[in-house]
Amino acid sequence: MTTALLEVRGLVKHYRLRGGWPWSPARWLRAVDGVSFELAAGETLGLVGESGCGKSTLGRALLRLVEPTAGEVRLNGESLTALDGRALTAQRKHVQMIFQDPYASLPPRRTVEQILREPLDWHRIGTPASRAGRVGELLARVGLGPSALPRYPHAFSGGQRQRIGIARALAVEPQLIIADEAVSALDVSVQSQILNLLADLQQELGLAYLFIAHDLAVVQHISDRVAVMYLGEIVEQASSRRLYAQPAHPYTRALIDAVPRPASGHRGHRAPLVGEVPSPVEPPSGCRFHTRCPHARPICRSMAPREIELGTAGESHRVRCHLHDPEIDEHFDD
Amino acid sequence: MTPPLLHVENLTIDFDARHGPVRAVDGISFELAAGETLGLVGESGCGKSVTGLALMGLVPSPPGRVVDGSVRFEGFECVGAPEKTLRSLRGKTMSMIFQEPMTALNPVFTVGRQLIDVLRRHEPLDRRQARRRAVEMLERVGIPRAAARMDEYPHELSGGLRQRIMIAMALACRPRLLIADEPTTALDVTTQAQVLAEIRELTEALGTAVILVTHDLGVIAEVCDRVAVMYCGRIVEQAPVDAVFRQPRHRYTEGLVAAVPRIREVPIERLPTIPGTVPEPGRWPSGCRFAPRCAYADAACRAAPPALRPIGESVAACLHPAGDGR
Repeated sequence: MTTALLEVRGLVKHYRLRGGWPWSPARWLRAVDGVSFELAAGETLGLVGESGCGKSTLGRALLRLVEPTAGEVRLNGESLTALDGRALTAQRKHVQMIFQDPYASLPPRRTVEQILREPLDWHRIGTPASRAGRVGELLARVGLGPSALPRYPHAFSGGQRQRIGIARALAVEPQLIIADEAVSALDVSVQSQILNLLADLQQELGLAYLFIAHDLAVVQHISDRVAVMYLGEIVEQASSRRLYAQPAHPYTRALIDAVPRPASGHRGHRAPLVGEVPSPVEPPSGCRFHTRCPHARPICRSMAPREIELGTAGESHRVRCHLHDPEIDEHFDD
Repeated sequence: MTPPLLHVENLTIDFDARHGPVRAVDGISFELAAGETLGLVGESGCGKSVTGLALMGLVPSPPGRVVDGSVRFEGFECVGAPEKTLRSLRGKTMSMIFQEPMTALNPVFTVGRQLIDVLRRHEPLDRRQARRRAVEMLERVGIPRAAARMDEYPHELSGGLRQRIMIAMALACRPRLLIADEPTTALDVTTQAQVLAEIRELTEALGTAVILVTHDLGVIAEVCDRVAVMYCGRIVEQAPVDAVFRQPRHRYTEGLVAAVPRIREVPIERLPTIPGTVPEPGRWPSGCRFAPRCAYADAACRAAPPALRPIGESVAACLHPAGDGR
């Protein structure tokens, strides 16, 4: 088997919450609670879940923008979690991020040229003289002309700013781009342009994407594989085709069901999921979804489900749910 | 035929900017029957939210100004009406909910106090009666442990619950019209589905007409009877909701419907796009404002803005409409 570009094993990020009093016991917010997955070169993994499920924290913990509590992240076989200082900087170059809000993630008082040049200078890519040419190339690659160079971010529309953000991410020739809600703030007509641009760049440059989003339709469109997160855990992962055609986890099914369909004749014949996402500070016992699950049984309250492989050879489909565990039978329930 | 509940004609709104007034809404007209649900859909800067505010007489002034047109609510002209009259209408016969309930709720009063205030302002109820009505309202919008929630503060509640409180507050006096501006945009999909279902059930039960302002065509399909599509300050197409998805007529509507990401049984390689970007207010082209982004535009489109005309089941302002053109 070829080694994956990115390998994540048992990643954990807990935040300590300050209690009301110095002597009150510490409480922990379990943002990411034991997440494992792989990502191959040139592949897109979609990461979906509702707000507070830990998907953004996961994206940041991978790059150690927040320090993971436990677990290991390997990039090209090298452990990012063991590196420090210059060695970490060198590895981080291979992974870049684009963010949701292109208004907040571009420095307002720098020109586009300065913004695109900074990563080149920082990582000492090419000769100082060649960098100017490279900046022009990057702009062209994301569909902007050289007239953009001397201008400031405020002079651009949301879609154009997101293009600049993408160009900045591409500057250091990364192998992986982590896109955190990269198109959610954009208008529909612009959103599809950016999604197509990301697809083109992947074709041309062989990029891998970790595409973090709450919009299941967008994730389906762009992803080869999809992982569904709930309260800090990945509850299901499979190929995009398989996940949407045969969702195995009741949560995945409910999520797909809840998406409003922009088509006629879809009024109100869905059974929406009841309740809301519980707090990640004291997540429910057993299966974390049992408080909202229409199929919950007594065992779901007491025992956390293990990961079950439903896939066939060559096509993995993993789910954390007792319903699919052949060893959990009805008689466990008393 | 009964006269419409709401009759909007040639509504035109300007905002003062550094270089003089900029038009935000440019002569829109529509009607709404009692109990009907109309979706007002469009992308950022199209004027949909300002339109919603204008119907309530809430356009911030300055810098905003209704420069022309009329808004008649049950025959009463709201444009230019004294603030005092409008205040007695707001919350009583027409009310509004916003995208972010946290900014609309008062953080220093309990949920119950705020609900009771709304009720007692408009109806001759004593405290106890008002409290009972308030609890009942919270129950109707699907809030568990409604009586206990009355004594909680907005920050103690989740986004979904807060939005339900807003809905309860808006509908407490059984208004004839509810204006909902992106009511579910800040919510997760599973909560969105619940909240939309509650808006629909409750307004149907109370016979309240709804104007739903949103950028999300999926939400429109879920709740609305009719849609008005806005682009650059104008309504470019109005149609029954089914017709808009089955056969959009205006080329912008067609592009918008195609570009919406949707869960598909057979995924497609490339998403259909609309080239270019939405022009900002103040930089709208003359003629058809969609012409620079439209593959079908010709000299006639650029010369003068096309008039709205009936095309199939729609009324659309397009010289080269989609479909067979009948």
